[in-house]
Amino acid sequence: MTGTGVGEALVTLTDVSAGYGNTHVLHDINFAVREDQFTGILGPSGAGKTTMLRLLLGSLKPQSGTITRAPKLAVSYVPQLETVDWNFPITVFECVLMSRTARRILPWATPGEKADVASVLERLGIGDLAHRHIRELSGGQQQRMFLARALLRKPAMLLLDEPTSGVDFSTRHDVLHLLADLHEDGMSIVLTTHDLNGMAAHLPHLVCVNHHVVASGTPQEVITPEVLEGTFGARMEVLQHLGVPVVVDDSRAAG
Amino acid sequence: MTSILEPLQFAFFQKGLLVAALSGALLGFIGVYIVLRGMSYIGHGLSHAIFGGFAAMQLFAAELYVVGAGFWGVLSAISITAVARRSRVGADAAIGVITTASFALGVALFAKFGTSGPSFENALFGSILGISAAQIWGLVGVSLLTVAVVFLRYRVLLFTTFDPDVAQASGVRVARVEALLMIILSLAILATLTVIGVTLVAAMLVIPAVIARMLTNSFGRMLALSTGIGALCGLVGMYLSYYASVPSGTMIVLVGAAVFLVVLSITGARGLRRTAGLDSHRESVGTAR
Ligand SMILES: Nc1ncnc2c1ncn2[C@@H]1O[C@H](COP(=O)(O)OP(=O)(O)O)[C@@H](O)[C@H]1O
Ligand SMILES: [Mg+2]
Repeated sequence: MTGTGVGEALVTLTDVSAGYGNTHVLHDINFAVREDQFTGILGPSGAGKTTMLRLLLGSLKPQSGTITRAPKLAVSYVPQLETVDWNFPITVFECVLMSRTARRILPWATPGEKADVASVLERLGIGDLAHRHIRELSGGQQQRMFLARALLRKPAMLLLDEPTSGVDFSTRHDVLHLLADLHEDGMSIVLTTHDLNGMAAHLPHLVCVNHHVVASGTPQEVITPEVLEGTFGARMEVLQHLGVPVVVDDSRAAG
Repeated sequence: MTSILEPLQFAFFQKGLLVAALSGALLGFIGVYIVLRGMSYIGHGLSHAIFGGFAAMQLFAAELYVVGAGFWGVLSAISITAVARRSRVGADAAIGVITTASFALGVALFAKFGTSGPSFENALFGSILGISAAQIWGLVGVSLLTVAVVFLRYRVLLFTTFDPDVAQASGVRVARVEALLMIILSLAILATLTVIGVTLVAAMLVIPAVIARMLTNSFGRMLALSTGIGALCGLVGMYLSYYASVPSGTMIVLVGAAVFLVVLSITGARGLRRTAGLDSHRESVGTAR
């Protein structure tokens, strides 16, 4: 897996500041997503990770700075499960079909669309759940449903907000492998996480964020006590295990 | 048996039934979007805002009042959404001030220039009387327009209702869809105002949709059920209002409430749980909205 990115830039943020109303959440962001990249945006909660994804998605406009994107870039977004309105009356099928909104105007699905939805659900291992209500799924299944919706669009860039928070260990493992496969097939992937050992350490490329970009590089380069302190504001110890950095809380140093 | 069929021999009653059923269906249909978007306070505000225009036009330009009130309604719809979008804090308060002022203006105009008491009460609570052919055609026209818009914009409306941020990023023009919905909503309120009444239109936007939500987990089925329930409430409510001699809107809403209780007793806690969080003002995210 080579995800450090030397390909063409899909979205480029130049001196971007962003926030809500008059408050700034992100300052002076310079950052590009490249077409062969697999990037993790790492930071504590409230650091502005979701805000950064919204900038990449294009649903949030920067307060200052410029964002350029490749023409006709197809972007898909997998929301953080906690932010979804689970009480909304839709079935898994209806939800996944949403990504075909722009292509057709008739309300009902064509046989071709039905087959497409069925096959993407099948690929993600939730083929038998198409007619369940979205609330009747487990956390891992809900995650796969939004992945299915995202993949049906055949995006060049896939954004995922905390894809492994609130899902069990084996789902996390499955999701990571699936994303690695998609990346192999040429999809550019950006996800956010605050999980150092379970997630960040296994990604090819990391951007550490805490209202500004603290550091970026491979896990070996950025998972260091200095960068982690700058990102999370706490002193942590970093060990090495089979070539992967492992972070442990250094409570003695903190005390 | 004859007594049940008795009112049916009157042409005005046949018209009343038709208009009530169609009004209930139309409000039930649109209500699904309004309730799921947490917008019923806008429905409430709009019906009151339109009343100002309704009163002014009815009293001063009888022929043109539908056009005038429609214009007023669409204008208030657009200004309400503009206010709601621009400032998160205080939007509700601003809407409250604008719409109640418009309502008060309508009341004042009726009091000052209105010919008789009943027409005022009819406007507030709905009446079978005074349903003109023009109004029936107006209602039919608005209903057809609504069905056409929802048919052609079904997917876009669903996507923007569920997930406006992602819809925007997927190339859907969310603001435009919202404006379209507001125009449809104000036309529907206007078309149903006389038979349901200003103060009760908002209730008929909410009740059928909530009942439908209790009965199904599918969006498509909720739309169909809510329309059917709205029509049923309109029909039965109008019938009962004839016997009870009460304003039609009140009876239609009471029938809706009765249906709600019946459905609640059948679905129990499960149905009620499905309505949790329904029509809560959802925080809009991002600035695209
Ligand atoms: N829609 C919003 N309106 C106002 N403030 C927001 C909104 N979304 C996020 N914020 C604020 O912006 C900051 C960063 O949020 P976010 O990007 O969600 O962080 P993260 O995803 O890293 O937890 C937080 O302080 C949060 O309260
Ligand atoms: Mg977040």
